[in-house]
Amino acid sequence: MGALGKPIILMVAMYAFLKFGLPNIPGSAPLPSSLIFLYLLLTAGGIFMFKTLSGESKDAFWDPIRRFLTGENIGGLQALRYGVFILFPLLVGWQTYGSTAVSDLPPTESRTIHPAPPGEYTGLSNPVPKTPENIMQGKGFYAAYCSPCHGGNFDGKGPAARGFIPAPANFADPTTIAMLQESYLFWRIKKGGVGLPIEGAPWKSAMPRWEVELPDEWIWKIILGEYDGAHQSPRTWE
Amino acid sequence: MSVIQQGVSMVQRVLRAVASHDGWLAGLLLMAGWLALPSLGIAAEGTTAGPTEYRDIPYVGSRNLVWIVAQLHLLLAGFVLGVPMFAWLCEVIAWRGGEKRYDKLAKEFTKLLTSAYSTTALFGGILLFLLVAFYPKLMNYLTDVFFPSFLLYCLLFLLETATLYLYWYGWDAMQDGRKKTLHVFLGFLLNFFALFIMIIPNAWATFQSSPVVLADGTAFERAWAATWNPTWWPINIHRLIANVVLGGYICGAYAGVRYLSVKSPEEREHYDWMGYVGNFIGVFGLLALPFAGYWLMREIYQYNQQMGITLMGGFLSWLFILQAMLIGVLFLGSNYYFWLGITYRIPGSEGKYRRAMLMMLVSLLLCLAVWMTPHSLVASIEEAQKMGGAHHPLLGVLGVMSAKMTVSNLMILITFMSFVMYWRAGKQDTAGWAKLAKAVMGAVLVLASIAVIVLGVWGYFVPAIVRINYFSTSQVLIVIFVILTITPLTALLLKSAKTTTEMVWGSMPPRAGYSLVLNAIMVILLMTLMGYARSSSRVHWHVYGVMRDTSPYAYSPALGSASFIMAFCTFSFCLIVAFIFWVATMGDKYKAAPGPGKGELPHGIPAMAGGAPEERSQR
Repeated sequence: MGALGKPIILMVAMYAFLKFGLPNIPGSAPLPSSLIFLYLLLTAGGIFMFKTLSGESKDAFWDPIRRFLTGENIGGLQALRYGVFILFPLLVGWQTYGSTAVSDLPPTESRTIHPAPPGEYTGLSNPVPKTPENIMQGKGFYAAYCSPCHGGNFDGKGPAARGFIPAPANFADPTTIAMLQESYLFWRIKKGGVGLPIEGAPWKSAMPRWEVELPDEWIWKIILGEYDGAHQSPRTWE
Repeated sequence: MSVIQQGVSMVQRVLRAVASHDGWLAGLLLMAGWLALPSLGIAAEGTTAGPTEYRDIPYVGSRNLVWIVAQLHLLLAGFVLGVPMFAWLCEVIAWRGGEKRYDKLAKEFTKLLTSAYSTTALFGGILLFLLVAFYPKLMNYLTDVFFPSFLLYCLLFLLETATLYLYWYGWDAMQDGRKKTLHVFLGFLLNFFALFIMIIPNAWATFQSSPVVLADGTAFERAWAATWNPTWWPINIHRLIANVVLGGYICGAYAGVRYLSVKSPEEREHYDWMGYVGNFIGVFGLLALPFAGYWLMREIYQYNQQMGITLMGGFLSWLFILQAMLIGVLFLGSNYYFWLGITYRIPGSEGKYRRAMLMMLVSLLLCLAVWMTPHSLVASIEEAQKMGGAHHPLLGVLGVMSAKMTVSNLMILITFMSFVMYWRAGKQDTAGWAKLAKAVMGAVLVLASIAVIVLGVWGYFVPAIVRINYFSTSQVLIVIFVILTITPLTALLLKSAKTTTEMVWGSMPPRAGYSLVLNAIMVILLMTLMGYARSSSRVHWHVYGVMRDTSPYAYSPALGSASFIMAFCTFSFCLIVAFIFWVATMGDKYKAAPGPGKGELPHGIPAMAGGAPEERSQR
């Protein structure tokens, strides 16, 4: 088991790190099993590649496995071999059953966070000039209408945020509004969660449909205020 | 209810009516009804008032059939247009450098080409018939816009065919002196025509995604405006490089399969070397491909935000995670092949380079882990609740372009260094300045890697346009700078280097051949995947924003259904290529077979592409 020892230890250590180590880093959270599986797959692939780079290392890696599965006179490992032969099909059966049996759990989500906006919104640009007054006004509207959820610091941690899953967007995160054009925000604010297209399903967004309460000009000003307050810039092409 | 369904119902009623009679009568009627279904389908819209806009076929569906045939045609075309580039290059190397083995290799590449060419044209013809039959309204519109380029395309096809025949069948007859020069010129012409044969249909396809429509003007002016649309050149460049990659890896796979099956040491050496060249060509193109892909996506996003988000952030964004996985396997497979080459072809090198290989492998895997980490994770309800949504608070930052561009550049750098390591293995520097040169190369590599990472991290803190226009471009330029610095320096060093261990061809283990085949399958899957992504980004438009798809198929299939068709296309293409290769090598096997029979045949081997020149040279 000498040549097999390191790979087994590496796989176990990697699993322990992903399952228990990484989630405990400050600011982190538990990883979904899909991601853990992905990283373990890469680790296993890497081990396989490295161990088969030369004839000697390949033999050192495979021979114990082959001997264990097919060799004679393996002594005490004989019982373990039978154990594997019994447990492995059971494991495969359990996996198959688990993935095909009817369950009362909702299916795993692969939600689309940024569904494409309708065509009529794609060509829009902010008609409100980016002046200090307009930005200040936008921040005021933001404080009144948006900050309860999205937070006074634009970080998605408003007083009402804890009541929502998924949490309200964190505008200070460079992977949210900084990736989008202003017209996209205009569409999302104006139409809200109910205005999401089919590709945005499941529609898990509590965003109100602000077009019924706010005039377009206010929405454009809120967008100015949001970008300025979150220290981000919208995506542009110039 | 569609006319097809009405037809089916009618057949069912008739069957029920005769159910009480003998079974054979029902069977006959069933057969007749089944045979009649396609005609009912094809004539479906013909009975309604007005011109026919769509036709359909039962069971498969017109869209699926066109999808499959178009994809197969594209893959074959990619192979047929990619192979002449490096076949010609190999011939030039042999011509200028005098190494005959390159000429033999070029000829072998071209042999594969001739067999594939007719199949490509065949699928092109089938595709055209299907498009005209199933989408008459769209084809009428496209013909109206592109009529002049249709004529040019036909002319180019004639020229390409004539040149290819002259190039292949004249190979042995034009081996010496000025005739060889003429042959090399024919190879150049072949590539010249092939380039235009590629970019003209690219104009038709890209017009559908990013149309430029002139209301007035002559036919030529309208066609030219439509041709020069925003995504035309990005896709021309992207496909040109992708064709080289596809051709290289498929030739590599061909060599891999042959390597696994041949017996004689000479043949093992030859196919081992051919596999190496195929892999090298594939890697060479692969290094440039992400840059071209990035430019294409940038142009699409800039052209239309909706299309850009559909691809990169919307429902098609999952395809890019699959793409990362396939590209990752390709990078790993190519590097693995290089490393196997060091270990097996250069005896004694393993101990020297094993540590470096491990470091490269770990770096590649880390990069791949970043590349494959999605922005929104697949999670159960409980998992999403623990994360506070579909984003992971720590790893979510890895899901955006700044991280992806950084790791793709690093993977390119690592792969390049793998090649350099392979190049240098078994040689000892003798130049006095070797130490300095190696220090410079090391410094360039380390500084470049740091610069790429710094720009990647910095990219999170600048406006998107700064990242896209300056940071990402700088990352690409840095990588190009490294390649352009280290390649000539290494070449200079090796010029005076002493060979300590001779390269032993034909000593690779079977898994090297399998890795070549795996690489080819990854490239084919990649092309089917991204072909679907590009095409479906138009969503419910035939011509984006101009002509709406009003057929029953104006919806985007679920990713699982789409993946099924992609896998089917990949499998079918592999079968077709296997058949083509089998046909191409039939002549070789015949000649290699012992016995007196072959020389007595009045016409030599059957007159199929791929066999004629050798046969002629034997007489």
